[in-house]
Amino acid sequence: MNWQNAIITRIETQSLRVKSFFFRLPEPFLFRPGQHVLLRLTAPDGYRAQRSYSIASAPNAGEELELAIERFDDGEVSPFMHDIAQVDDEIEIGGPVGGHFNWTPEDGGPVLFIGGGSGVAPFMSMLRHRAAIVSRVPVVLVFSARLREDLLFFDELSKLAASGDGFSLMVALTREAGAHPFRAGRIDAEFIAGIVGAMRMRVRQVMICGSHPFVEAAAEGTITAGIDPAIIKTERYGATGLQAEVRDLPA
Amino acid sequence: MITRGFLRRSTDSGQLIRLPPGQHVVADFPVLSAGPTPRIKTGDWSFALKDGVRPVKSWSWAEFNALPQTKMTRDIHCVTTWSKFDTAWEGVLVDDILADAGIEPPTGFTLAHSYDGYTTNVPTADLVVGKAMVATRYEGKPIPPDHGGPARLLVPHLYFWKSAKWINGLQFTKKDELGFWELRGYHRYGDPWREQRYTND
Repeated sequence: MNWQNAIITRIETQSLRVKSFFFRLPEPFLFRPGQHVLLRLTAPDGYRAQRSYSIASAPNAGEELELAIERFDDGEVSPFMHDIAQVDDEIEIGGPVGGHFNWTPEDGGPVLFIGGGSGVAPFMSMLRHRAAIVSRVPVVLVFSARLREDLLFFDELSKLAASGDGFSLMVALTREAGAHPFRAGRIDAEFIAGIVGAMRMRVRQVMICGSHPFVEAAAEGTITAGIDPAIIKTERYGATGLQAEVRDLPA
Repeated sequence: MITRGFLRRSTDSGQLIRLPPGQHVVADFPVLSAGPTPRIKTGDWSFALKDGVRPVKSWSWAEFNALPQTKMTRDIHCVTTWSKFDTAWEGVLVDDILADAGIEPPTGFTLAHSYDGYTTNVPTADLVVGKAMVATRYEGKPIPPDHGGPARLLVPHLYFWKSAKWINGLQFTKKDELGFWELRGYHRYGDPWREQRYTND
């Protein structure tokens, strides 16, 4: 693993539990959208904690790397990042890693992305890259969150969807009581079948990212809607506690 | 590099001795996998042993469960840094699968195959002499589908991605052929005590 001391250049609040951290890398690297990096924290006694986070920025975004980190109260790394880390701090970053949950427009489409909460991060990298290279490969992003205020990157996604370049955004809110223009409730087979039908072309790839229960439910719905399981890629993190920080990887 | 403001959370020393470098203990059992969870009925399940392309023997669920059953309680270590202590499994030792097939290991390398197309490579020496099993029960119950049921490989001394979920066969290979994650940046062998997480670690 190649490790380097990255410097935090900016911290932005994305939602109640998610902050974006921007890092300047001494040695910027090439990566594929969907890849992740490792953050490694070291205590004075040598103890280390390491977790992986999907890269949210596009490969062509220059030397700054953006990670959207959700705070999990029982975690070791995310509470440190949220509560203690500051701009100008040095954090060890390793990677990039992950050769499975990747997509670029050259891989073709149409593609269906399904993201739950902070699971939208790898799709941001893919969509930002797609926009940067002016691709018109059809992409639908189904974005599920609990509440309106949990929709991180929403303004940017709305702008991308309004550009008429073949990207569309569908939002589902599972817990929002107030009036909103989005689908209310969970993503189910009927919802997915409607989207796949509206895409009018054979879906080439489905990618699902979020917590384990979210991914299980979304994958089940997708398969029930008639999608071949062989074209579904998933990336998941645990639902509770420590593991909630763990981005999907081999076990 | 020491990270400003980061301190070790209290961990008892008994735990630390059992914990490979860079790992932390969890109480629950996270699920990580590359695709949707396959739903395999035990009536449709079968397990095949192959020497290269040559089939050696295959077993139905009933036949497999009639093989000698062994219990194994082990600590498991995931490459994503969680470790879980004292996980209790039951199944058939790879030794007993080979004995039932009436063969000695023909090559030094093995590729485990799964229902979802997943593969992982393990040196044959790491599968025999009681080191590994094809597990069919976890904590006294059938293994749930999302944890790899009906059957998963258990090679507890290597990072847990080597313990292939939804296993349906073992194939002996002449050379060390890389599996799914091993082709995607993860270590060929995966020893947690030597922190062999990624290809060049």
